[in-house]
Amino acid sequence: MPKERKENLSPFVQGLRDGIPIALGYFAVAFSLGIAARNAGLTPFQGFWASVLCVASAGEYALFTLMGAGATFLEVALVTLITNARYFLMSCALSQKIDPGMKNVHRFLVGAAVTDEIFGITIARPGWLDPRYNYGAMAVSVPGWAIGTALGIMMGNLLPGRAVSALSVALYGMFLAIIIPPAKKDRAIALCVAAGFLFNWLFGALPALATLSAGTRTILLTVTLSSAAALLFPVKEAEDA
Amino acid sequence: MRNWTYILIAFAVIYAVRVLPLTLIRKPIRSRFLRSFLHYVPYVTLAVMTFPAIVQATDSPLAGVAALAVGMAAAFFNGSLITVAAACCAVVFILEMIIK
Repeated sequence: MPKERKENLSPFVQGLRDGIPIALGYFAVAFSLGIAARNAGLTPFQGFWASVLCVASAGEYALFTLMGAGATFLEVALVTLITNARYFLMSCALSQKIDPGMKNVHRFLVGAAVTDEIFGITIARPGWLDPRYNYGAMAVSVPGWAIGTALGIMMGNLLPGRAVSALSVALYGMFLAIIIPPAKKDRAIALCVAAGFLFNWLFGALPALATLSAGTRTILLTVTLSSAAALLFPVKEAEDA
Repeated sequence: MRNWTYILIAFAVIYAVRVLPLTLIRKPIRSRFLRSFLHYVPYVTLAVMTFPAIVQATDSPLAGVAALAVGMAAAFFNGSLITVAAACCAVVFILEMIIK
């Protein structure tokens, strides 16, 4: 694609265009998320709004799992906080790219859809963050995510069992695509991932610990292992958060 | 009604997590421990959520193990989110077709 043409497009249209591949990927993954939502007893309408409001793969997956298990509201709040802590980091990084003069309304709107992918394309653009670009990307990717979730809830049961089984790993594939590339470059992250796998498996397998709910396990392991990693391998001072 | 309460709680927490740094915290976090802790949080959380759940998600645990291996390999070679997700789905679909 010629670069001059891209620069002639308005930031909103650029966002729309960069958002299309994201929307397609979201649609497929959201469909498998919809199957999880269906199992938790959500209606397509509820799933649609959960996805419009939350726009979070791991976060919504955790939410639906906890809803299905009849978790307490406090448990949901804590697990949501933990599973979405990475967005805190991303927003910290984005805050450094915001023109100090930018209106607060844009901060509130752009913040609604800080996802791995939208963060990725936003941070890759040179100069100050242009909210119009984000609105363009959001205008295609958020509906893709929300409609995919609703359709997964509606049609998850129409698909043959074999297709549902195959689609159910899409989310985990997405998680792997987020954690493995940094683990390749950073030994501490690789150890975090390995320890997360190992300890979560042990917690599920050991009779004394298996009574803990999946949500509690996630909180416990995340806080413990991340603290250990922070003490053993503190990040360099120069590195931005 | 209970479902909507769950959804609104999740929304309130996620929105706060995303918007607070953009609006309130206009300086980098100082504490080295806190920054390091936050740096590692996403990787531990996602690792914990992935395994062993990926093995239990499929009809055949063997297909789940294969999806984990293929997904890790695809991600290792920097496959995009979509590529890795599709590779995992494909290997489960093909394996379960053969096994059954």
